[in-house]
Amino acid sequence: MSLLVNKVAIVGDEIHVPISSDADIVIARQQGRALAERIGFTGSSLAVVATAISEVARNIIEYAKRGEIVLKGVNQGGRQGLTVMARDQGPGIPDIALAMQDGYSTAKGLGLGLPGARRLMDEFEIISKVGRGTTVTMKKWVR
Amino acid sequence: MRSNEGRLTDSAVQPSSESTSGLLQELVAHLRENRTQLREDWARRITESGLLTAMTREEIFAEATAVYDNYVTVLETGSVEALEAYARDLSERIIPRGVEVHELLGIVLLLRDVLARSLFVKYQSKLPLLSRVLDVYEPAANGIATTVAVGFVQERERIIRQQQEAIRELSTPVLQVRERLLILPIIGVIDPQRARQITEQLLRGIRANRAKVVVIDITGVPTVDSTVANHMVQTVDASRLMGATVIVTGLSSEIAQTLVTIGVDLSRMRTVGDLQGGIEEAERLLGYKVIREKTEEEPEEEPEATI
Amino acid sequence: MLVPILKQGDFLIATIQSALTDDDLLRLRDDLAEQVGRYRSRGVIVDVTVLDVMDSFAARTLRALAHMVGLRGARTVIVGIQPEVAFAMVQLGLTLGDVETALDLEEGLELLHKRTKRSASRGR
Repeated sequence: MSLLVNKVAIVGDEIHVPISSDADIVIARQQGRALAERIGFTGSSLAVVATAISEVARNIIEYAKRGEIVLKGVNQGGRQGLTVMARDQGPGIPDIALAMQDGYSTAKGLGLGLPGARRLMDEFEIISKVGRGTTVTMKKWVR
Repeated sequence: MRSNEGRLTDSAVQPSSESTSGLLQELVAHLRENRTQLREDWARRITESGLLTAMTREEIFAEATAVYDNYVTVLETGSVEALEAYARDLSERIIPRGVEVHELLGIVLLLRDVLARSLFVKYQSKLPLLSRVLDVYEPAANGIATTVAVGFVQERERIIRQQQEAIRELSTPVLQVRERLLILPIIGVIDPQRARQITEQLLRGIRANRAKVVVIDITGVPTVDSTVANHMVQTVDASRLMGATVIVTGLSSEIAQTLVTIGVDLSRMRTVGDLQGGIEEAERLLGYKVIREKTEEEPEEEPEATI
Repeated sequence: MLVPILKQGDFLIATIQSALTDDDLLRLRDDLAEQVGRYRSRGVIVDVTVLDVMDSFAARTLRALAHMVGLRGARTVIVGIQPEVAFAMVQLGLTLGDVETALDLEEGLELLHKRTKRSASRGR
């Protein structure tokens, strides 16, 4: 599978993937998968990480039209991990608690992959302000 | 580019810039100009120190050459990525040969010393300048030593993890007893990590054996908490995504209770009392005809093997 | 990336060959629905062996595909979901609903044969 790398920017030790079309979702998750592999993730964790990235990247498009995914390897107390940040300057989420409820997203079919992404990753944090935008930060550690 | 290349003597006034980057460039140029000599000094020191006994002289020299050039490049560019990649690479190659981290760190520190000494010689009559050069050199050189050591340790940890994974796999065999039928007997307490690993192994087993039916026997599992129960449900669902039917056997009433409590719809899962029954059910699903003579023990039935 | 669709008797086989964008998936859905109508196929296989991720959109679209194809009287079987992908899907909580799955193309065809042989007269 070829890696599409045209739009990706490396900033220091971070990988920035601009998200503005559905093709970018594929780029983001391929980059995420590649980085995860370099960090030491194996087997199904790769698919899990890639899926989580896909969900939050899609969330950006559906909710904010454009945004950015930032990928970075982290090292904490000897543990290796991967951080994924999904940020946009979209409308923001008025009721985060509601959006994080499982039934809400699946029933409405809004494709809000947030609760799903949270299940896939080890750490999950979301900050959103109406009118300003949303930033989701999630982490997964190599076992 | 500097015009005073090739000059080792420091009596001539060097039009060097007093700035850090100017000093760095001068330092790097010096290290490059004298690489042959310095590499030899280093190789000699390595041999004298008795390090790297696991490698031949040729191998040592080859690695030394590459390390030296990378070392100088990192000093020059500050690019840690290149060095990290190299350190990882190096580790992958030497760990299997039994080289220890103290040896690797030892030789990197020897290189640091050899280069530092050559700087002392170069700037011996200009101590204030030497001091500034060392201000630039020392942090960079120490950073390199640290990076290489850390890279080595991380690589070793990765190998250990792999080995642990292999051990875990061995302790949870996925058995193929018939065409297209897998049996997974689970024994003991399952923690979330083991549960995850079991699931991964089973799913890979389904693919490898082209299994159509899987019998998961949990007779040997005393208790299950809701996290693990969730894993079980996920395992069943994931197996179905791969086209396999799952039969769970040995479900104690306690575990059944846990499943019900977390909201599992037990009717969604095929469950059979015991493993034997589960295998028969599986065979039926696979189209094998199961012939059972009625009720009591038949005289012509084979007695239990006593061996 | 256009997904090639092969006609094999009464069945259509769509084999995904590389990572698909959302638009690619939607196009596949529509192409299959159209071709099922055109050829009056009785079964459709979508081979996802090559996919290393199946996210909520892909699952939704495959369900919609099966539904649309079903409206035209054909059954759908998804084949080739890889172990890692299945694992991630269930962790995410994705379901393919009523859509049937099989291990691979061979199994999928066998399943389709089984499912469609008794209903030849109704064309379902």
